[in-house]
Amino acid sequence: MTENDTIVAGVRADGQQPLLQAEHVQLYFPVRSGDLVGRTVGHVHAVDDVSLSLAEGQTLGIVGESGSGKSTLARCLVRLLEPTSGTLRFHGGDITHLGRRSLLPFRREVQLVFQDPVSSLNPRKRVGQIVVAPMRLNGMNRGDAASRVRELLERVGLNPEHVNRFPHEFSGGQRQRIGVARALANNPRLIVLDEPVSALDVSIQAQVINLLDDLQDEFGLSYVFIAHDLSVVRHFSDQIAVMYLGKFMEVSPAAELYSKPIHPYTEALLSAIPIPDPRENRARERRVVGGEPPNPIAPPPGCRFNTRCPRATEICKEVEPPLAEYAGGHLAACHHPLNVSSTEISAARRSPLSPLSAGELMPGGREGAATGTQLPGVSPVTAGPGDAPDAQDGTR
Amino acid sequence: MDEQLLEVQDLEVAFATEDGLVHAVSGVSFTVSRGEVVAIVGESGSGKSVTVMTLMGLTRSPNSRFAGTARLRGEDLVSASEEQLEDIRGKEIAMIFQDPISSLSPVQRVGAQIVEQIRAHENISKAAALDRAIELMGRVGIPNARERARAYPHEFSGGMRQRVMIAMALSLSPSVLIADEPTTALDVTIQAQILDEIRQLSAESDAGVIFVTHDLGVVADIADRVLVMYAGRLVEQGTVDEIFYDPQHPYTWGLLGSVTRVDRDPPRRLPAIPGQPPSLVRAPAGCPFQPRCPHAFDRCRELPPLAPQLPDAGHLDRCWLKPSEKRALRETDGRIGLTEGAAS
Repeated sequence: MTENDTIVAGVRADGQQPLLQAEHVQLYFPVRSGDLVGRTVGHVHAVDDVSLSLAEGQTLGIVGESGSGKSTLARCLVRLLEPTSGTLRFHGGDITHLGRRSLLPFRREVQLVFQDPVSSLNPRKRVGQIVVAPMRLNGMNRGDAASRVRELLERVGLNPEHVNRFPHEFSGGQRQRIGVARALANNPRLIVLDEPVSALDVSIQAQVINLLDDLQDEFGLSYVFIAHDLSVVRHFSDQIAVMYLGKFMEVSPAAELYSKPIHPYTEALLSAIPIPDPRENRARERRVVGGEPPNPIAPPPGCRFNTRCPRATEICKEVEPPLAEYAGGHLAACHHPLNVSSTEISAARRSPLSPLSAGELMPGGREGAATGTQLPGVSPVTAGPGDAPDAQDGTR
Repeated sequence: MDEQLLEVQDLEVAFATEDGLVHAVSGVSFTVSRGEVVAIVGESGSGKSVTVMTLMGLTRSPNSRFAGTARLRGEDLVSASEEQLEDIRGKEIAMIFQDPISSLSPVQRVGAQIVEQIRAHENISKAAALDRAIELMGRVGIPNARERARAYPHEFSGGMRQRVMIAMALSLSPSVLIADEPTTALDVTIQAQILDEIRQLSAESDAGVIFVTHDLGVVADIADRVLVMYAGRLVEQGTVDEIFYDPQHPYTWGLLGSVTRVDRDPPRRLPAIPGQPPSLVRAPAGCPFQPRCPHAFDRCRELPPLAPQLPDAGHLDRCWLKPSEKRALRETDGRIGLTEGAAS
């Protein structure tokens, strides 16, 4: 397997090394017993074997409901958390287990903007102090840093005269702008935006989205944009990943995800969002998915969505579907894909981004070409490829 | 259908604070009829929650000042005594809150909480009340209701907790049900389930529903009529179609334009409303939207009345522009994707 095999086709800028790569990243949180000993009694499978790749200047949207692991993944990507297993690469260099000191150059280049602009700004510091901190840490002298602060505040649409105000003197939208100014301070390459507009009013959301858009063009930034529904990410993303219970269900070029969702979960998410248009809303066929997401401590075997999926059959409960790669770099992990013809299904190949635990069985009953992505020492959870077709007859 | 349950007239709510008097709600009038879902839309600080909390008598404090009336089947909720309110609340008018975990007692089983509410108003046995609680929980889609009635709120998921709240609100068949952002804290797939539930229950029970939200998608989905609030005032009201397809107030059309939609290709730039919502302590004189309005002119320094400008008299708005001017400006603003999108 060559290095390039692990890159999502659609995100790769030709010939360029991706900015950020994740290979089979897992993050399990231990669940401890409540007694004095505090034994580990299980794990929350927050991020469970996720692979992705992001090119310079591109935006990857990650969408999931609460508990899907999207924020945990974001914190892994910026190395606020250390993955349980898997590999993270930045500019090709392995950053998975780097320590505090070795991470410093990486920290300069990667920044995070949080959802809640109230709790992510220190209430006892003035705006100037908040925005200047990263630059001072980076060794910039006081004078240069002070003039850069004013420049940054102006750039994000705040009055530079307000450097001496405290966060509480600003409205929600303005506070989020302060967070953006702070993230920009050291000229990062990548900004991870964790639901940056979810806490804001509609009319203010549009302002902040436009600002982030302009900044990306101006500074050639790459974004990872985390969101809980599909309406806001559409505006930004080149590529969108749909996450459910710690796994990617579908990864697609942005526009195609909306016109041609392949995974039933994506379709459910799309159909659940009410459209701000009464007539179209009435005319629309709504498929409300029942049930609730299962417990991430004991996720269901097979496909994670099988407990709620209207198309689920026996096979879905037993074999975890691999990410099948359809035309145009559209990936989906489903045994019963939607919106694809049988020719498209037979042309699909097993993506090397598939989780290691996924079976070999491709949609349409084929076995995917072995890609040799299994790492030594990792045994797949499901049975070997030979068993998979039998599973349909309930022999397991 | 046309029987008016609730009639709010010139409601004013103000709070005395260290910074001065905050005019949270100013001159709000509207009605709610049987079987009707009225949505109140607005951003944070628009006064939408204060309006409905006042109807429930939940804004009363030594610092609050009220004026106007809110008659529920003839009885005024604003001037009612605390004892009268206790009779009405829960029985005649009930409320579902945004955050069910802080509205339920964490130390009491949910069944018992519903029973307590029923028995506060009706003289029936515990067993009979529990039976009714279980039946209600089943009706709002809680599986194994008999078993789940013995569980504590923390043992429920967010969506299930909201269902418990709905069951409790419905336990005495109120004639008016207030839902204050009931789905904002929920995931979209769960939101769809809860909206279906509320829609079905309001149709079955023939209650009037006041639905407070900031989400225009939810409004389009559930409302019959819409009230748009800005800075404590109603700026427009009409049927859901009037508001979405012929919005008269520049704030309404700005709001509609800045919404992201899943079913459309996104515009290159989202049309945003410039500026920030005004402070309610030093509210601007005249039209509250004037400082942010791209079409403000001299006359806007005077407050426009909430009046019908078009032949369809139910459609009211608070703006000095003439309907013909509005239509022209709306088009050139390019803010309304709806009319143009419906054609394409």
